[in-house]
Amino acid sequence: MSALPPPPGCNVELTKRVLVGFLREETHRVGMTRAVLGLSGGIDSALVIELAVRALGPENVLAVAMPYRESHPDSLLLARESAQHAGVELEVADISPMADGYLENNPDLDDKSLESVRLRRGNVFSRLRMTTLYDRSAKLGGLVFGTSNKTELMLGYGTQHGDMASGINPIGDLYKSQVVALSRHLGVPSEIIDRPPSADLWAGQTDEDELGFTYDSIDALLFRLIDRRESRESLIEQGFQADFIDTISKRVRINQYKRRPPLIAKVAARTVNLDYRYARDWGT
Amino acid sequence: MDCRVALCQMRPKLGVIDSNLETHHQWLDQAIAAGAQLAVFPELSLTGYFLRDLTQDIAMKLDDPRIAALVARSHECSVVFGFVEESRDHRFYNSVAFAEDGKILHVHRKVHLPDYGIFEEGRYFASGDSFEQVESKYGRFGLLICEDAWHVTSGWLHFLNGVDAMLMPVASPARGIDTEEPELSSQKSWRNLTDAQALLFQTWVLRCNRVGFEDGTMFWGGSAFISPFGKAVVEAHGEEEELLVHTIDSESLKRARIQTPLLRDERPHMVRSHLARHLNDPDAERGIQEHGDPEQS
Repeated sequence: MSALPPPPGCNVELTKRVLVGFLREETHRVGMTRAVLGLSGGIDSALVIELAVRALGPENVLAVAMPYRESHPDSLLLARESAQHAGVELEVADISPMADGYLENNPDLDDKSLESVRLRRGNVFSRLRMTTLYDRSAKLGGLVFGTSNKTELMLGYGTQHGDMASGINPIGDLYKSQVVALSRHLGVPSEIIDRPPSADLWAGQTDEDELGFTYDSIDALLFRLIDRRESRESLIEQGFQADFIDTISKRVRINQYKRRPPLIAKVAARTVNLDYRYARDWGT
Repeated sequence: MDCRVALCQMRPKLGVIDSNLETHHQWLDQAIAAGAQLAVFPELSLTGYFLRDLTQDIAMKLDDPRIAALVARSHECSVVFGFVEESRDHRFYNSVAFAEDGKILHVHRKVHLPDYGIFEEGRYFASGDSFEQVESKYGRFGLLICEDAWHVTSGWLHFLNGVDAMLMPVASPARGIDTEEPELSSQKSWRNLTDAQALLFQTWVLRCNRVGFEDGTMFWGGSAFISPFGKAVVEAHGEEEELLVHTIDSESLKRARIQTPLLRDERPHMVRSHLARHLNDPDAERGIQEHGDPEQS
């Protein structure tokens, strides 16, 4: 698929202004001045911390690295580098005791040769990290900043109530390729930008291996499919393989549930979010 | 007549009218201190924009004391402000009032309600059904609320009636960062639109957009005074709160209309006959046949 059209561009200076304004205003309006976020050593959280310090000042940002004992050691090193670059002190909260406590009581999670087990273990780690961040949030009065990008959200490539959980998310409308462009603009360390993206849920995992396609090709497709609403026929004419379009389209559709709050059985005249409809910023 | 106008590029709170009313008073104080004779606020300036079910909760009738409080200020400075209007028969309108000398001269109810993309005004509001001109002591004004301006017929009706300025209270959300353009795609569209309207309709166009975020969506500001030559002569610096003050003069209107006399040469009767055919309106067509086209007589 070498002849594919490019992924979406990004006006980096303008985007920075919008996102920094978003973080500042949406944090302050709920009466908070501080932010909490997890640093994985990857590009998404490295970008969010750069935006966060510009919005709130480094003294108001708490960065937490939450390694498991099997996490790649580079992840913690890069998380440190990212925090240092942003001028934020890094707290390291090892989730191994918590995770091992759970795993010991669930021996069916031992066999890591099974894909389903790897996935379940990954979800457990992700939700323990969420638990840690939300506890820090309550302790410090800081809002949890999300780090899921639009590519992940569209593909459902994230853990519900885990890494997808946050108070507000500045990069959820940016595709991965736009995250890369903005990260370069904000001076995220190149080791982080150039490292193959990975959820680091097991040794040697990379996103692109697991997804089966490159981020550039996925972003090029998603941008045309979602933002521009181009037809399947037009996308095939532009060089996208039909089975690639269908695989990604199906993935987007079946993961819609992850992007929405839980369904509520409607029995009354006005039902939360259905016909009881108020903005979250109501009254502020 | 010349008029010194203040565009109040402000940030309303969502659904908190008392607080927004207080803010309006503060902006008016500043506008008056800057010598403004007319102050213009953005669309839904008293309420905020993404109201959803708040629409009915915070609607006001025209005799509401909070509206009266602002109207009373119009002794000091004429004022244009936005709110949700509840009619006697409980319809809800996205309205803008033009108040002067302690009286409401006109209420424009938004005609074109966007109901697509992130907009859902058609779900909540009844639509207005006319574009009337406001006869102010400072000149003749046409009011267009946001989406109204996207329909060329709206501005054209004001143009036919010889307005000196079109006042556009706006709540335009920021969209489109995926290009290398120096501005948002929504911003670029609005600049093109309002520059063109000023040029084609040879009036001053005063675009007053709000700022701030609501549920993650930014309003990009960029309020501007656009001359009858289609050029922005004063423009807000960006997406922060800002008071813009400028004098709109009749001399510019006169020069533009001498240079290119578009209003003189407009052919509304020809448009009327086309419309009659387009609308398959036999009464209108018969009228034209019986009375002829006065432009041709």
